[in-house]
Amino acid sequence: MAAKRELLDVLSTDARESVDDLARQLDVDPETVEQLIAELEAEGVIHGYQAVIDWDSINDSHVSAFVELNVELDRETGYEEIADRIVKFPTVQSLRLVSGDYDFAIEVTGESMQSVSRFISEQIAPIPEVTQTVTHFIMDTYKDGGMEFGDRDRDDRLSVSP
Amino acid sequence: MRIADRVRSVPESGIRKFFELAEERDDVISLGVGEPDFSAPWAARTAAIDSLERGRTSYTSNLGKRELREYIAEDVSRWGLEYSPDEEILVTTGASEAVDLALRAFVNPGDTVAVHEPSYISYVPGVRFAGGEPLGVATYAEDDFVLTVESLQKSGAADADVLILCYPNNPTGAVMNERELSAVADFCVDNDILVIADEIYAALTYGREHVSIATLPGMRERTIVINGFSKAFAMTGLRLGYAMGPPAGIDAMNRVHQYTMLSAPTTAQFAAIEALRSCGDAVEEMRSAYNRRRRFVLSRFSEMGLDCFEARGAFYAFPEPGGDDEAFAEDLLESQGVAVVPGSVFGEGGRGHLRVSYATGMRDLKEAMNRMETFLTDR
Repeated sequence: MAAKRELLDVLSTDARESVDDLARQLDVDPETVEQLIAELEAEGVIHGYQAVIDWDSINDSHVSAFVELNVELDRETGYEEIADRIVKFPTVQSLRLVSGDYDFAIEVTGESMQSVSRFISEQIAPIPEVTQTVTHFIMDTYKDGGMEFGDRDRDDRLSVSP
Repeated sequence: MRIADRVRSVPESGIRKFFELAEERDDVISLGVGEPDFSAPWAARTAAIDSLERGRTSYTSNLGKRELREYIAEDVSRWGLEYSPDEEILVTTGASEAVDLALRAFVNPGDTVAVHEPSYISYVPGVRFAGGEPLGVATYAEDDFVLTVESLQKSGAADADVLILCYPNNPTGAVMNERELSAVADFCVDNDILVIADEIYAALTYGREHVSIATLPGMRERTIVINGFSKAFAMTGLRLGYAMGPPAGIDAMNRVHQYTMLSAPTTAQFAAIEALRSCGDAVEEMRSAYNRRRRFVLSRFSEMGLDCFEARGAFYAFPEPGGDDEAFAEDLLESQGVAVVPGSVFGEGGRGHLRVSYATGMRDLKEAMNRMETFLTDR
Protein backbone atom coordinates (compact mmCIF):
# COMPACT_ATOMS: atom_id res chain seq x y z
CA MET A 1 0.00 0.00 0.00
CA ALA A 2 1.52 3.25 -1.19
CA ALA A 3 0.41 5.41 1.75
CA LYS A 4 1.86 2.92 4.25
CA ARG A 5 5.18 2.87 2.46
CA GLU A 6 5.31 6.66 2.25
CA LEU A 7 4.35 6.93 5.91
CA LEU A 8 7.34 4.73 6.76
CA ASP A 9 9.60 6.89 4.58
CA VAL A 10 8.56 10.01 6.49
CA LEU A 11 8.70 8.44 9.96
CA SER A 12 12.11 6.92 9.28
CA THR A 13 13.49 10.43 8.77
CA ASP A 14 11.37 12.21 11.39
CA ALA A 15 9.39 10.12 13.84
CA ARG A 16 8.21 13.25 15.65
CA GLU A 17 5.96 14.42 12.80
CA SER A 18 2.50 15.03 14.23
CA VAL A 19 -0.43 13.02 12.97
CA ASP A 20 -1.93 16.17 11.46
CA ASP A 21 1.26 17.05 9.60
CA LEU A 22 1.61 13.48 8.37
CA ALA A 23 -1.96 13.61 7.11
CA ARG A 24 -1.27 16.85 5.24
CA GLN A 25 1.88 15.47 3.64
CA LEU A 26 0.29 12.19 2.58
CA ASP A 27 -3.00 13.78 1.54
CA VAL A 28 -5.11 11.52 3.78
CA ASP A 29 -7.27 12.05 6.90
CA PRO A 30 -5.60 12.21 10.32
CA GLU A 31 -7.78 9.23 11.30
CA THR A 32 -6.25 7.25 8.42
CA VAL A 33 -2.75 8.11 9.63
CA GLU A 34 -3.62 6.96 13.15
CA GLN A 35 -5.02 3.74 11.78
CA LEU A 36 -2.03 3.06 9.49
CA ILE A 37 0.41 3.65 12.33
CA ALA A 38 -1.60 1.37 14.62
CA GLU A 39 -1.54 -1.34 11.93
CA LEU A 40 2.19 -0.95 11.32
CA GLU A 41 2.83 -1.25 15.04
CA ALA A 42 0.54 -4.25 15.42
CA GLU A 43 2.14 -5.98 12.44
CA GLY A 44 5.58 -5.55 13.98
CA VAL A 45 6.74 -3.30 11.14
CA ILE A 46 7.30 -0.34 13.47
CA HIS A 47 9.03 -1.44 16.66
CA GLY A 48 9.56 1.92 18.24
CA TYR A 49 10.63 5.54 17.90
CA GLN A 50 14.08 6.73 18.92
CA ALA A 51 16.15 9.89 18.83
CA VAL A 52 19.40 9.83 16.87
CA ILE A 53 21.91 11.03 19.46
CA ASP A 54 25.51 12.08 19.05
CA TRP A 55 26.67 10.79 22.44
CA ASP A 56 30.15 12.22 21.91
CA SER A 57 28.72 15.71 22.01
CA ILE A 58 27.70 15.45 25.65
CA ASN A 59 30.10 14.91 28.52
CA ASP A 60 28.84 11.56 29.53
CA SER A 61 30.48 8.20 29.69
CA HIS A 62 29.15 6.26 26.78
CA VAL A 63 31.19 3.61 24.99
CA SER A 64 30.07 1.56 22.02
CA ALA A 65 31.65 -1.36 20.28
CA PHE A 66 30.99 -3.55 17.29
CA VAL A 67 31.62 -7.16 18.03
CA GLU A 68 32.23 -9.83 15.41
CA LEU A 69 31.03 -13.17 16.60
CA ASN A 70 31.73 -16.61 15.22
CA VAL A 71 29.65 -19.57 16.30
CA GLU A 72 29.55 -23.28 15.67
CA LEU A 73 26.14 -24.78 15.04
CA ASP A 74 25.10 -28.30 15.96
CA ARG A 75 22.00 -30.41 15.37
CA GLU A 76 20.07 -28.87 18.26
CA THR A 77 21.29 -25.30 17.99
CA GLY A 78 20.74 -22.95 15.07
CA TYR A 79 21.40 -19.21 14.62
CA GLU A 80 17.96 -18.40 16.02
CA GLU A 81 18.61 -20.16 19.28
CA ILE A 82 21.93 -18.38 19.75
CA ALA A 83 20.40 -15.02 18.79
CA ASP A 84 17.59 -15.54 21.30
CA ARG A 85 20.12 -15.74 24.09
CA ILE A 86 22.14 -12.74 23.02
CA VAL A 87 19.29 -10.28 22.37
CA LYS A 88 18.13 -10.56 25.96
CA PHE A 89 21.09 -8.54 27.27
CA PRO A 90 20.12 -4.84 27.55
CA THR A 91 23.75 -3.99 26.75
CA VAL A 92 23.22 -5.36 23.24
CA GLN A 93 21.88 -2.57 21.03
CA SER A 94 21.67 -4.50 17.80
CA LEU A 95 22.28 -8.03 16.64
CA ARG A 96 22.50 -9.09 13.04
CA LEU A 97 23.35 -12.28 11.20
CA VAL A 98 25.69 -11.28 8.38
CA SER A 99 27.38 -12.83 5.40
CA GLY A 100 31.17 -12.91 5.15
CA ASP A 101 33.98 -13.77 7.51
CA TYR A 102 31.95 -14.01 10.69
CA ASP A 103 28.40 -14.91 11.67
CA PHE A 104 26.94 -12.24 13.93
CA ALA A 105 27.53 -8.49 14.11
CA ILE A 106 26.65 -7.11 17.55
CA GLU A 107 26.55 -3.54 18.73
CA VAL A 108 27.17 -3.18 22.42
CA THR A 109 27.14 -0.10 24.65
CA GLY A 110 28.44 0.46 28.14
CA GLU A 111 29.77 3.09 30.50
CA SER A 112 33.44 2.29 29.93
CA MET A 113 35.71 0.18 27.77
CA GLN A 114 36.23 -1.98 30.81
CA SER A 115 32.55 -2.69 31.30
CA VAL A 116 32.06 -3.50 27.62
CA SER A 117 35.10 -5.82 27.63
CA ARG A 118 33.86 -7.50 30.76
CA PHE A 119 30.44 -8.01 29.23
CA ILE A 120 31.94 -9.70 26.15
CA SER A 121 34.29 -11.92 28.10
CA GLU A 122 31.82 -12.84 30.85
CA GLN A 123 28.53 -13.02 29.01
CA ILE A 124 29.12 -13.58 25.31
CA ALA A 125 32.34 -15.56 24.98
CA PRO A 126 31.25 -18.28 27.42
CA ILE A 127 28.17 -19.19 25.34
CA PRO A 128 28.99 -22.78 24.32
CA GLU A 129 28.46 -22.26 20.57
CA VAL A 130 30.62 -19.13 20.42
CA THR A 131 34.05 -19.90 18.99
CA GLN A 132 35.50 -16.42 18.56
CA THR A 133 34.82 -12.77 19.33
CA VAL A 134 36.56 -9.70 17.90
CA THR A 135 35.69 -6.41 19.59
CA HIS A 136 36.01 -3.07 17.77
CA PHE A 137 35.57 -0.05 20.03
CA ILE A 138 33.97 2.87 18.25
CA MET A 139 36.28 5.85 18.30
CA ASP A 140 34.19 8.44 16.49
CA THR A 141 30.79 8.56 14.80
CA TYR A 142 30.25 10.57 11.64
CA LYS A 143 26.80 9.39 10.66
CA ASP A 144 24.11 7.40 12.38
CA GLY A 145 20.50 6.61 11.59
CA GLY A 146 20.97 8.28 8.20
CA MET A 147 21.99 11.56 9.83
CA GLU A 148 25.34 13.23 9.35
CA PHE A 149 26.91 14.43 12.61
CA GLY A 150 29.25 16.99 11.03
CA ASP A 151 28.46 20.59 10.23
CA ARG A 152 24.93 20.87 8.99
CA ASP A 153 24.55 21.89 5.37
CA ARG A 154 24.33 25.63 5.16
CA ASP A 155 21.66 26.99 2.83
CA ASP A 156 23.70 29.34 0.71
CA ARG A 157 21.05 29.93 -1.92
CA LEU A 158 19.99 33.47 -2.75
CA SER A 159 17.00 34.25 -0.56
CA VAL A 160 14.85 35.18 -3.55
CA SER A 161 15.50 33.97 -7.08
CA PRO A 162 13.50 33.53 -10.30
CA MET B 1 27.79 54.98 -21.07
CA ARG B 2 26.05 54.29 -24.34
CA ILE B 3 23.57 51.46 -23.72
CA ALA B 4 21.89 49.71 -26.67
CA ASP B 5 18.16 50.34 -27.07
CA ARG B 6 17.17 46.68 -26.89
CA VAL B 7 18.86 46.40 -23.49
CA ARG B 8 17.46 49.70 -22.31
CA SER B 9 13.98 48.51 -23.27
CA VAL B 10 14.15 45.71 -20.72
CA PRO B 11 13.30 46.76 -17.15
CA GLU B 12 15.10 45.39 -14.13
CA SER B 13 13.53 42.23 -12.74
CA GLY B 14 10.88 42.75 -10.05
CA ILE B 15 12.47 39.85 -8.18
CA ARG B 16 15.49 42.00 -7.46
CA LYS B 17 13.53 44.29 -5.15
CA PHE B 18 12.30 41.40 -3.03
CA PHE B 19 15.73 39.89 -2.94
CA GLU B 20 17.10 43.11 -1.50
CA LEU B 21 14.27 43.44 1.04
CA ALA B 22 14.77 39.84 2.16
CA GLU B 23 18.55 40.24 2.40
CA GLU B 24 18.11 43.13 4.85
CA ARG B 25 17.06 40.85 7.68
CA ASP B 26 18.43 37.60 8.98
CA ASP B 27 15.30 35.97 10.42
CA VAL B 28 13.64 35.42 7.06
CA ILE B 29 12.25 32.07 6.00
CA SER B 30 12.34 32.26 2.25
CA LEU B 31 9.71 30.63 0.11
CA GLY B 32 10.95 32.80 -2.70
CA VAL B 33 13.68 30.55 -4.00
CA GLY B 34 13.50 29.18 -7.53
CA GLU B 35 15.93 26.33 -7.05
CA PRO B 36 16.09 23.05 -5.12
CA ASP B 37 17.15 23.08 -1.46
CA PHE B 38 18.90 19.76 -2.02
CA SER B 39 22.48 19.55 -3.23
CA ALA B 40 23.36 17.64 -6.38
CA PRO B 41 23.53 13.88 -5.74
CA TRP B 42 26.88 12.99 -4.20
CA ALA B 43 27.76 10.54 -6.97
CA ALA B 44 27.41 13.33 -9.55
CA ARG B 45 29.53 15.66 -7.43
CA THR B 46 32.28 13.05 -7.05
CA ALA B 47 32.27 12.46 -10.81
CA ALA B 48 32.91 16.18 -11.27
CA ILE B 49 35.70 16.13 -8.67
CA ASP B 50 37.20 13.03 -10.26
CA SER B 51 37.23 14.65 -13.70
CA LEU B 52 39.09 17.63 -12.25
CA GLU B 53 41.62 15.38 -10.54
CA ARG B 54 42.27 13.64 -13.83
CA GLY B 55 42.81 17.02 -15.45
CA ARG B 56 39.78 16.86 -17.75
CA THR B 57 39.52 20.60 -18.11
CA SER B 58 39.47 21.17 -21.87
CA TYR B 59 36.61 22.15 -24.16
CA THR B 60 34.25 19.45 -25.32
CA SER B 61 32.65 19.15 -28.74
CA ASN B 62 30.32 22.09 -29.47
CA LEU B 63 27.34 19.79 -29.11
CA GLY B 64 28.59 18.46 -25.78
CA LYS B 65 30.23 15.18 -24.85
CA ARG B 66 28.99 12.36 -27.04
CA GLU B 67 28.47 10.06 -24.02
CA LEU B 68 26.31 12.69 -22.34
CA ARG B 69 24.18 13.15 -25.45
CA GLU B 70 23.64 9.40 -25.59
CA TYR B 71 22.51 9.31 -21.95
CA ILE B 72 20.20 12.27 -22.58
CA ALA B 73 18.65 10.53 -25.62
CA GLU B 74 18.01 7.46 -23.49
CA ASP B 75 16.62 9.45 -20.55
CA VAL B 76 14.07 11.51 -22.50
CA SER B 77 12.73 8.40 -24.24
CA ARG B 78 10.62 7.84 -21.08
CA TRP B 79 8.45 10.74 -22.28
CA GLY B 80 8.28 9.30 -25.80
CA LEU B 81 10.88 11.78 -27.09
CA GLU B 82 13.22 10.25 -29.67
CA TYR B 83 16.27 12.29 -30.63
CA SER B 84 19.53 11.26 -32.24
CA PRO B 85 22.61 12.03 -30.11
CA ASP B 86 24.49 12.79 -33.35
CA GLU B 87 22.63 15.79 -34.64
CA GLU B 88 19.48 16.41 -32.64
CA ILE B 89 20.81 17.19 -29.15
CA LEU B 90 22.82 20.24 -28.07
CA VAL B 91 24.24 20.52 -24.56
CA THR B 92 24.11 24.10 -23.29
CA THR B 93 25.20 26.25 -20.37
CA GLY B 94 21.97 25.89 -18.45
CA ALA B 95 18.54 25.66 -20.02
CA SER B 96 18.69 29.47 -20.02
CA GLU B 97 21.33 29.44 -22.75
CA ALA B 98 19.18 27.04 -24.76
CA VAL B 99 16.22 29.44 -24.57
CA ASP B 100 18.42 32.33 -25.65
CA LEU B 101 19.94 30.31 -28.51
CA ALA B 102 16.51 29.26 -29.72
CA LEU B 103 15.24 32.83 -29.72
CA ARG B 104 18.30 34.06 -31.59
CA ALA B 105 18.18 31.15 -34.04
CA PHE B 106 14.47 31.31 -34.87
CA VAL B 107 13.35 34.90 -34.39
CA ASN B 108 13.86 37.53 -37.06
CA PRO B 109 13.72 41.22 -36.12
CA GLY B 110 10.07 42.16 -35.76
CA ASP B 111 8.82 38.59 -35.46
CA THR B 112 6.10 37.99 -32.92
CA VAL B 113 6.82 35.59 -30.07
CA ALA B 114 3.83 34.50 -28.00
CA VAL B 115 4.59 34.04 -24.30
CA HIS B 116 1.92 32.75 -21.95
CA GLU B 117 1.60 34.65 -18.71
CA PRO B 118 2.38 34.31 -15.90
CA SER B 119 5.68 32.75 -16.86
CA TYR B 120 9.36 32.61 -16.06
CA ILE B 121 10.83 36.09 -16.08
CA SER B 122 13.53 35.54 -18.74
CA TYR B 123 11.35 34.89 -21.77
CA VAL B 124 10.16 38.42 -22.54
CA PRO B 125 13.63 40.00 -22.16
CA GLY B 126 15.06 37.12 -24.23
CA VAL B 127 12.61 37.87 -27.02
CA ARG B 128 13.59 41.54 -26.95
CA PHE B 129 17.31 40.78 -26.98
CA ALA B 130 16.66 38.67 -30.09
CA GLY B 131 14.86 41.60 -31.73
CA GLY B 132 11.42 40.00 -31.52
CA GLU B 133 8.13 41.41 -30.28
CA PRO B 134 6.71 39.60 -27.23
CA LEU B 135 2.99 38.93 -27.24
CA GLY B 136 1.49 38.11 -23.85
CA VAL B 137 -1.11 35.35 -23.78
CA ALA B 138 -3.02 35.17 -20.53
CA THR B 139 -3.64 31.99 -18.59
CA TYR B 140 -6.21 32.00 -15.80
CA ALA B 141 -6.67 30.63 -12.34
CA GLU B 142 -10.08 29.24 -13.33
CA ASP B 143 -8.34 27.12 -16.01
CA ASP B 144 -5.71 26.00 -13.47
CA PHE B 145 -3.30 28.19 -15.47
CA VAL B 146 -3.42 25.88 -18.50
CA LEU B 147 -2.83 27.58 -21.85
CA THR B 148 -6.03 27.48 -23.90
CA VAL B 149 -6.69 27.99 -27.61
CA GLU B 150 -9.36 30.57 -26.71
CA SER B 151 -6.75 32.67 -24.99
CA LEU B 152 -4.27 32.20 -27.85
CA GLN B 153 -6.92 33.34 -30.31
CA LYS B 154 -8.10 36.25 -28.22
CA SER B 155 -4.59 37.63 -27.86
CA GLY B 156 -3.91 37.41 -31.61
CA ALA B 157 -1.36 34.60 -31.32
CA ALA B 158 -2.59 33.13 -34.62
CA ASP B 159 -0.24 35.63 -36.27
CA ALA B 160 2.70 34.77 -34.01
CA ASP B 161 5.83 33.17 -35.44
CA VAL B 162 7.01 31.47 -32.29
CA LEU B 163 5.38 30.28 -29.06
CA ILE B 164 7.33 29.74 -25.84
CA LEU B 165 5.63 27.03 -23.83
CA CYS B 166 6.68 26.25 -20.26
CA TYR B 167 4.93 23.33 -18.50
CA PRO B 168 5.30 22.26 -15.73
CA ASN B 169 5.17 25.98 -15.16
CA ASN B 170 7.22 28.40 -13.16
CA PRO B 171 5.63 30.30 -11.32
CA THR B 172 2.25 28.55 -11.14
CA GLY B 173 3.22 24.89 -10.81
CA ALA B 174 0.59 24.14 -13.48
CA VAL B 175 0.96 21.13 -15.77
CA MET B 176 -0.85 20.37 -19.03
CA ASN B 177 -2.27 16.96 -19.98
CA GLU B 178 -2.30 15.45 -23.46
CA ARG B 179 -5.77 16.67 -24.36
CA GLU B 180 -4.97 20.25 -23.37
CA LEU B 181 -1.64 20.16 -25.20
CA SER B 182 -3.25 18.66 -28.32
CA ALA B 183 -5.46 21.71 -28.69
CA VAL B 184 -2.41 24.00 -28.50
CA ALA B 185 -0.49 21.71 -30.87
CA ASP B 186 -3.29 21.85 -33.47
CA PHE B 187 -3.33 25.63 -33.15
CA CYS B 188 0.42 25.78 -33.78
CA VAL B 189 0.24 23.44 -36.78
CA ASP B 190 -2.73 25.36 -38.27
CA ASN B 191 -0.96 28.69 -37.84
CA ASP B 192 2.56 27.47 -38.67
CA ILE B 193 4.00 28.46 -35.29
CA LEU B 194 7.38 27.20 -34.08
CA VAL B 195 7.35 26.09 -30.44
CA ILE B 196 10.14 26.50 -27.90
CA ALA B 197 9.08 24.06 -25.17
CA ASP B 198 10.91 24.75 -21.91
CA GLU B 199 10.43 21.48 -20.03
CA ILE B 200 13.02 22.05 -17.32
CA TYR B 201 10.56 20.80 -14.65
CA ALA B 202 9.45 17.73 -16.62
CA ALA B 203 10.82 15.29 -14.05
CA LEU B 204 8.94 17.06 -11.26
CA THR B 205 5.29 16.18 -11.79
CA TYR B 206 3.04 14.68 -9.15
CA GLY B 207 0.33 12.11 -9.70
CA ARG B 208 0.65 12.19 -13.46
CA GLU B 209 3.32 11.81 -16.11
CA HIS B 210 4.76 14.73 -18.01
CA VAL B 211 3.59 15.05 -21.62
CA SER B 212 5.82 16.81 -24.15
CA ILE B 213 4.13 18.76 -26.91
CA ALA B 214 6.85 17.53 -29.29
CA THR B 215 5.35 14.02 -29.15
CA LEU B 216 2.00 15.19 -30.58
CA PRO B 217 1.15 14.86 -34.31
CA GLY B 218 2.82 17.45 -36.53
CA MET B 219 4.85 18.93 -33.67
CA ARG B 220 8.25 17.24 -33.74
CA GLU B 221 9.37 19.15 -36.82
CA ARG B 222 8.34 22.52 -35.34
CA THR B 223 9.42 22.10 -31.73
CA ILE B 224 12.64 22.64 -29.83
CA VAL B 225 12.45 20.86 -26.48
CA ILE B 226 14.59 22.35 -23.73
CA ASN B 227 15.49 20.60 -20.51
CA GLY B 228 18.44 20.43 -18.14
CA PHE B 229 19.94 19.21 -14.91
CA SER B 230 19.24 22.16 -12.62
CA LYS B 231 15.88 21.21 -11.19
CA ALA B 232 15.59 17.41 -11.34
CA PHE B 233 19.19 16.81 -10.26
CA ALA B 234 19.55 19.91 -8.07
CA MET B 235 22.49 21.11 -10.15
CA THR B 236 21.55 24.77 -10.72
CA GLY B 237 25.03 26.14 -10.05
CA LEU B 238 26.68 23.69 -12.43
CA ARG B 239 24.85 25.40 -15.30
CA LEU B 240 23.93 22.57 -17.60
CA GLY B 241 20.97 22.21 -19.92
CA TYR B 242 20.19 20.87 -23.36
CA ALA B 243 18.05 21.44 -26.41
CA MET B 244 16.54 18.80 -28.69
CA GLY B 245 14.97 19.20 -32.08
CA PRO B 246 15.21 18.43 -35.77
CA PRO B 247 18.79 18.55 -37.17
CA ALA B 248 18.27 21.88 -38.98
CA GLY B 249 17.06 23.55 -35.77
CA ILE B 250 19.83 22.17 -33.59
CA ASP B 251 22.38 23.10 -36.27
CA ALA B 252 21.09 26.69 -36.28
CA MET B 253 21.29 26.92 -32.48
CA ASN B 254 24.72 25.34 -32.50
CA ARG B 255 25.89 28.01 -34.92
CA VAL B 256 25.19 30.68 -32.31
CA HIS B 257 26.45 28.45 -29.49
CA GLN B 258 29.80 27.64 -31.15
CA TYR B 259 30.63 31.32 -31.60
CA THR B 260 29.34 32.56 -28.26
CA MET B 261 29.83 29.69 -25.79
CA LEU B 262 31.95 27.17 -27.67
CA SER B 263 30.92 24.37 -25.32
CA ALA B 264 29.04 23.88 -22.08
CA PRO B 265 31.11 23.58 -18.86
CA THR B 266 33.16 20.38 -19.06
CA THR B 267 33.14 19.62 -15.32
CA ALA B 268 29.37 19.91 -15.27
CA GLN B 269 29.12 17.53 -18.22
CA PHE B 270 31.00 14.87 -16.25
CA ALA B 271 28.65 15.39 -13.32
CA ALA B 272 25.65 15.12 -15.65
CA ILE B 273 26.83 11.85 -17.18
CA GLU B 274 27.05 10.34 -13.70
CA ALA B 275 23.71 11.89 -12.75
CA LEU B 276 21.97 10.18 -15.66
CA ARG B 277 23.94 6.97 -15.18
CA SER B 278 23.33 6.36 -11.50
CA CYS B 279 21.28 9.03 -9.74
CA GLY B 280 17.73 8.06 -10.69
CA ASP B 281 16.96 6.98 -7.13
CA ALA B 282 18.16 10.30 -5.72
CA VAL B 283 15.85 12.16 -8.11
CA GLU B 284 12.95 9.96 -7.09
CA GLU B 285 13.62 10.64 -3.41
CA MET B 286 13.71 14.39 -4.01
CA ARG B 287 10.51 14.17 -6.04
CA SER B 288 8.75 12.30 -3.22
CA ALA B 289 9.93 14.91 -0.72
CA TYR B 290 8.66 17.76 -2.95
CA ASN B 291 5.35 15.98 -3.34
CA ARG B 292 4.87 15.66 0.43
CA ARG B 293 5.71 19.33 0.89
CA ARG B 294 3.36 20.23 -1.95
CA ARG B 295 0.48 18.40 -0.29
CA PHE B 296 1.41 19.92 3.05
CA VAL B 297 1.44 23.46 1.71
CA LEU B 298 -1.80 23.06 -0.26
CA SER B 299 -3.43 21.53 2.78
CA ARG B 300 -2.29 24.40 5.01
CA PHE B 301 -3.49 26.98 2.48
CA SER B 302 -6.87 25.35 2.44
CA GLU B 303 -7.01 25.44 6.25
CA MET B 304 -6.11 29.16 6.22
CA GLY B 305 -8.80 29.82 3.66
CA LEU B 306 -6.21 30.90 1.11
CA ASP B 307 -7.42 30.19 -2.44
CA CYS B 308 -5.04 27.96 -4.37
CA PHE B 309 -5.54 25.63 -7.31
CA GLU B 310 -3.87 22.22 -7.11
CA ALA B 311 -0.45 22.71 -8.68
CA ARG B 312 0.89 19.38 -9.91
CA GLY B 313 4.35 20.29 -11.14
CA ALA B 314 7.67 22.00 -10.40
CA PHE B 315 7.98 23.09 -6.74
CA TYR B 316 5.63 26.04 -6.65
CA ALA B 317 2.17 26.77 -5.35
CA PHE B 318 0.40 29.88 -6.60
CA PRO B 319 -2.18 31.01 -4.07
CA GLU B 320 -4.44 33.99 -4.57
CA PRO B 321 -4.81 36.10 -1.43
CA GLY B 322 -6.68 38.76 -3.42
CA GLY B 323 -5.82 42.44 -3.60
CA ASP B 324 -2.41 43.86 -4.31
CA ASP B 325 0.06 40.99 -4.41
CA GLU B 326 3.11 43.22 -4.11
CA ALA B 327 1.78 44.95 -1.00
CA PHE B 328 0.81 41.56 0.45
CA ALA B 329 4.30 40.15 -0.13
CA GLU B 330 5.97 43.23 1.32
CA ASP B 331 3.75 43.22 4.42
CA LEU B 332 4.24 39.50 4.91
CA LEU B 333 7.99 39.94 4.76
CA GLU B 334 7.89 42.98 7.01
CA SER B 335 5.62 41.62 9.73
CA GLN B 336 6.34 37.88 9.68
CA GLY B 337 9.70 37.49 8.00
CA VAL B 338 8.37 35.19 5.28
CA ALA B 339 9.56 35.89 1.74
CA VAL B 340 7.38 34.97 -1.23
CA VAL B 341 7.41 36.39 -4.74
CA PRO B 342 4.47 38.53 -5.89
CA GLY B 343 2.77 36.93 -8.90
CA SER B 344 2.76 40.15 -10.91
CA VAL B 345 6.54 39.84 -11.26
CA PHE B 346 5.79 37.03 -13.71
CA GLY B 347 3.50 39.08 -15.92
CA GLU B 348 0.01 40.53 -15.84
CA GLY B 349 -1.66 37.14 -15.44
CA GLY B 350 0.08 36.66 -12.12
CA ARG B 351 -1.44 39.73 -10.51
CA GLY B 352 -3.18 39.03 -7.21
CA HIS B 353 -1.22 35.81 -6.70
CA LEU B 354 1.93 34.76 -4.85
CA ARG B 355 4.58 32.32 -5.94
CA VAL B 356 5.31 30.10 -2.96
CA SER B 357 8.26 27.80 -3.45
CA TYR B 358 8.23 24.63 -1.39
CA ALA B 359 11.88 23.87 -2.19
CA THR B 360 12.54 24.35 1.52
CA GLY B 361 13.01 21.88 4.36
CA MET B 362 9.89 20.66 6.15
CA ARG B 363 10.77 22.36 9.43
CA ASP B 364 11.04 25.81 7.82
CA LEU B 365 8.00 25.14 5.71
CA LYS B 366 5.90 24.40 8.80
CA GLU B 367 7.09 27.53 10.54
CA ALA B 368 6.49 29.63 7.42
CA MET B 369 2.92 28.31 7.11
CA ASN B 370 2.26 29.13 10.77
CA ARG B 371 3.54 32.65 10.23
CA MET B 372 1.43 33.07 7.10
CA GLU B 373 -1.61 31.90 9.04
CA THR B 374 -0.90 34.44 11.78
CA PHE B 375 -0.48 37.12 9.13
CA LEU B 376 -3.80 36.28 7.50
CA THR B 377 -5.60 36.17 10.85
CA ASP B 378 -4.19 39.52 11.96
CA ARG B 379 -4.89 41.21 8.67
